[in-house]
Amino acid sequence: MGLKEKSNDLRRRMRSALKGGGDKAIQKQKAIGKMTARERIVALLDTNTFHEYDLFVEHAAKDFNMDKKYLPGDGVLTGTGTISGHPVCIYAQDFTVAGGSLGWMHAKKITKIMDHALKLRVPLIGINDSGGARIQEGVNSLAGYGEIFYRNTLASGVIPQISVILGPCAGGAVYSPALTDFVFVVENISKMFITGPEVIKTVLGEEISMEALGGARVHCETTGNAHFFAQSEEECFNQIKSLVSYIPWNNTRKAAKYPKKKPKTRKYNIEEIIPSDPREPYDVRDVIRSLTDDSDFMEVQELFAQNMVIGFGRMEGDTVGFVANQPMVLAGVLDVDSSDKAARFIRYCDAFNIPLVTLVDLPGYLPGVDQEHSGVIRHGAKVLYAYSEATVPKITLIMRKAYGGGYIAMCSHHLRADFVFAWPTAEIAVMGPEGAANIIFRREIMAAKDPDAFRQKMVDEYKEKFANPYVAAAYGYIDAVIEPPETRKMLTRALAISQEKEVFLPKKKHGIPPF
Amino acid sequence: MSEKQDKSLENFTIGGMYYKTTLTKKFKNRENYEEPNINLLKAFIPGTIVDIKVKHGQRVSEGEPLLLLEAMKMRNIIAAPKDGRIKKVWVKLNDLVSKNQLLIEMQ
Repeated sequence: MGLKEKSNDLRRRMRSALKGGGDKAIQKQKAIGKMTARERIVALLDTNTFHEYDLFVEHAAKDFNMDKKYLPGDGVLTGTGTISGHPVCIYAQDFTVAGGSLGWMHAKKITKIMDHALKLRVPLIGINDSGGARIQEGVNSLAGYGEIFYRNTLASGVIPQISVILGPCAGGAVYSPALTDFVFVVENISKMFITGPEVIKTVLGEEISMEALGGARVHCETTGNAHFFAQSEEECFNQIKSLVSYIPWNNTRKAAKYPKKKPKTRKYNIEEIIPSDPREPYDVRDVIRSLTDDSDFMEVQELFAQNMVIGFGRMEGDTVGFVANQPMVLAGVLDVDSSDKAARFIRYCDAFNIPLVTLVDLPGYLPGVDQEHSGVIRHGAKVLYAYSEATVPKITLIMRKAYGGGYIAMCSHHLRADFVFAWPTAEIAVMGPEGAANIIFRREIMAAKDPDAFRQKMVDEYKEKFANPYVAAAYGYIDAVIEPPETRKMLTRALAISQEKEVFLPKKKHGIPPF
Repeated sequence: MSEKQDKSLENFTIGGMYYKTTLTKKFKNRENYEEPNINLLKAFIPGTIVDIKVKHGQRVSEGEPLLLLEAMKMRNIIAAPKDGRIKKVWVKLNDLVSKNQLLIEMQ
């Protein structure tokens, strides 16, 4: 064969491999509203930037007549490309080829691109759409999963890892997404569970649909396993593109700088957002938007533990991670879920050099037997651990209430915040005036002629004396009491001066966080 | 992507203060704590009743097997938590029981 024939031969081979599972399987995939693996990659990456590798990889299974079967690309596409100019390594399981089932060579393709991403120090994106382990390949498919999990763990905190669940992801397969930084799901398409409805029914007699057991909404609202919820694959890809713009390529870099923009203060005016009555709620996301460039805020885990708000915004062009109590939901209390949510995000930002801005307004921890028995002690401790350990710039703003353990946990000076600002409306105290007065003046209240009137008098006195930022400021626990309209200016200055921050922690292999 | 939550504000008391706020589904659906009653034997796991060894009114001593609950391919012996008398057996042979379902009442 001459060069021309050989090139033709290559093209013929490629055509055959590029077809994936063939027209019928592709039709089936589309009938349920799903794109093919290739379409997904093309939709996510910048035009013409996808470079595919290992197109000609074939499976090596022999049992159960597998040696007579040809599975194009062994059911997974891998390669490199860019998203808004940022380089990424990517893989997408192809459900049209043997149900996207994971065999040994399939896994090898994935681990190869993972090794690549780790070596090249670029983000890794995995699109999951697979029926699970390829049973015919037995223990080799389990070995394949194990190799993936191991690499997910090694890459954790070195390169950003993004999982996109666009189909079933069941059994052991779910642990790869769980080990990565961000999980994207789409309504009616994503399904994640360890054991499916069938098994649950036969073993336990409980009946539940796939969607109710492990659909997108469940993982966004209830389990907290997923971070971004979308109604369509297209919306999901836009979310990924947006996220990639906020995060750096790896842990030795900072996120890309964008042109500076002013917040839309006419729409988000701090003075109009905060109600004068401290018992009235407001949406803390409006406060965040009043501070960020162009009032952009990419919320993470929007539907989970809504009493805590986390997410990315930019200030003067640089990415900032926001952690904020949400007075609009459960008065912004800390509880098991909101602690988990905040702690993990803090660690993410710390690992990837993203400064943290913490907005505080909380009455404390959520009381309840269910909370105590679910281990709110150990979960709550994660927040303390994450903040204490974080060495990125940490700026705290106390807006209204900061009571008790909640005050300490929300990045107080004691956990080494670099700057703590407070509005004049801040109340930093061991507990709210009502509770405090009841305890301190218990005897006097009981002995008083009119206990209620006396209690009210004591509450008012306590409020007057302690429900303000000045007691804490007198000890230096607050660096500056500022007027709300000055907030953005103060935060951006604090961030600017913290650019070269350096902290030396004791040398250790690793800590033992209260997981 | 934004999911508008129910904006109806409720009074939420914490630390002697009440706040106007919204409540989450999870919070509303939380299980209220109940003091465990030693006389009420409940299924600790969903499963099938594969053997009943006692009858109404029967005297039993602590540790005596009362019934067998098969779950996850394991036969679990449900034993008497104390000496006493069987007040009522709430299940029949081959009943499929859910978690926390009342199985036997003692006195």
